[in-house]
Amino acid sequence: METTATVNNGVDVVALLAARQALSEAPEAAKCLWRASCDWVKGTHSNSRVESFYALGTEHHHKKAFTFATDHPELFSAEDRGATPVEMVLVGLAGCLTAGIASVAQNRGIQLHSVTATLEATMDLQGILGVDSEVRNGFEEVRVTFVVDADAGRDDILALVAQSQKRSAVFDIITNPTSVQVAVK
Amino acid sequence: MTAYPAAIRAEVDGAVTAVVIGAGHAGLAMSHCLSALAIDHLVLERGRVANAWHRERWDSLRLLTPNWQSRLPGFAYRGTDPDGFMTAAETGAFIAAYARAIAAPVHTGVEVTSVQRRGDSYLVNTNQGRWACRGVIIATGAFAAPLVPAVSAALPATVNQYTAHGYRNPGHLPEGGVLVVGGSATGVQLADEICASGRPVVLATGEHVRLPRSYRGLDIQWWLDALGVLDQRHDEIDDLHRAQRVASPQLVGSDTGHTLDLNALQAKGVRIAGRLMGIGGGRAQFSGALANLCALADLKQNRLLDRIDAWAKTRGLDQDLPTPTRPPSTRVDSRPLLTLDLEAAGIRSLVWATGFRPDHSWLQVPVFDAKGRLRHQGGVAAAPGLYVLGLPFMRRRKSSFIHGAGDDARELAAHFKGYLDSLSGAIPAAAVAATA
Repeated sequence: METTATVNNGVDVVALLAARQALSEAPEAAKCLWRASCDWVKGTHSNSRVESFYALGTEHHHKKAFTFATDHPELFSAEDRGATPVEMVLVGLAGCLTAGIASVAQNRGIQLHSVTATLEATMDLQGILGVDSEVRNGFEEVRVTFVVDADAGRDDILALVAQSQKRSAVFDIITNPTSVQVAVK
Repeated sequence: MTAYPAAIRAEVDGAVTAVVIGAGHAGLAMSHCLSALAIDHLVLERGRVANAWHRERWDSLRLLTPNWQSRLPGFAYRGTDPDGFMTAAETGAFIAAYARAIAAPVHTGVEVTSVQRRGDSYLVNTNQGRWACRGVIIATGAFAAPLVPAVSAALPATVNQYTAHGYRNPGHLPEGGVLVVGGSATGVQLADEICASGRPVVLATGEHVRLPRSYRGLDIQWWLDALGVLDQRHDEIDDLHRAQRVASPQLVGSDTGHTLDLNALQAKGVRIAGRLMGIGGGRAQFSGALANLCALADLKQNRLLDRIDAWAKTRGLDQDLPTPTRPPSTRVDSRPLLTLDLEAAGIRSLVWATGFRPDHSWLQVPVFDAKGRLRHQGGVAAAPGLYVLGLPFMRRRKSSFIHGAGDDARELAAHFKGYLDSLSGAIPAAAVAATA
């Protein structure tokens, strides 16, 4: 580990590495359960809420409940009371990759000054509208562009961004299939 | 000097201080080192010497290391082509010549069926009788059984499946397209020769290691050797478990000395896809993370080349060598293959080049972790007198290579000697003579 006292990205890498060590010895404790709940408001407007999760063998609560409105823009005959759900997916990816960059930079002793990500995803509406069954509903492609100002050379920054993708949960969720089971009570 | 307890002596056909299981290069290197310490032992071999090289490799396989690097304790390549690469059969012959040169006490055709611990001893059960010993050295190799992912069960019956153990050459495959799964040395080599046979090939690759065959006029193995990369020890590295899982680099040994990376394969017409993530409804699904894995491999390769250049400079070699260059980045389609309808694409066979695992199923000693892997520290297993050899990055980065066996075997033999010395008793010569 190359962490030095002078590098501070606000990430407690020592704690993360200790957790990694502890969990590799007790893999059962690594099991997590993430939750969200959602209430329909009206039209395409819903409010989602995250509050509790299960990790390290016990229940936890966020410091407070976080709520997120999702809706669709007026262009699609909706009231635009929140981001679209697909934009929320981009929000998740951006947050995950950026957190990863900060953590990997700290671990590698790289001081960050600024990290900016812009995300774009292309989609063909013929999919969700059922116009063409050969067009998928979801994104065709996601493009992420990072601008990173850090005390490191270009290759080190590229390696930082690459490692962040390699360890990112949301990147994995988007790039690889996941079993989704939807039930009705 | 205490003898084996009478209860054990009554149960066995013979006793010896050590039993080495497997007469490949690693087991023979250990035999040489045990002999040097005057530790009597047997080498038990299920088939013939260097069995896997003769029976469990595809026809075109050659070593990834040049001939000059084929060195074992007390033995080395002495042929006329030090820069060439041995075929599997030549490797088998080389190892057999080693066995003869060191007069290793090899018993061929002896299959170990179980090993149990009894007090300070081990009982080694075989199809030819039972031995008692103080130490067991497992040298059955890291590549005993092919790993095939569970998703193989979902493959349509119209697609023939092969593993790198069963595959021999493209002629054995049906006509039609082939999906090769795995981007290690095995995967790229098989994709290359299957493509050359005229069959359309898709290669699905996850994380992989890209290496040029040569750099600045010298074989990459020469550089890795010179820089000491291969000598890096298990106790010198941050994340040993990760290093132990790294796939073999994308290399091929050949007469032309060519590089066989994903760009080379694509230039020959092989289509590259991401890691195979699922099969369902006759479709294969690939990860969308291919571009990042290629970027990681490119960056890692360039870091190694930077290191080589820096080393050449400090050694004053810089002026005498060709100018440094960097291979072009790996080409990845802007629209990489994510799903493949196997039937529509004409895929008639699939080759699993998804790695190997050692087979320790006969070892009835509680030394396994939760995932069934043998627990050891640099080859010293978690049971006194029990050792393993030849696993990837076991004591050093070179541990699974032929030239990596020597240093490991010397150290583990010395460790075993220390253990024997610490035992209150040794095995009486009379018991040893009974086994001869």
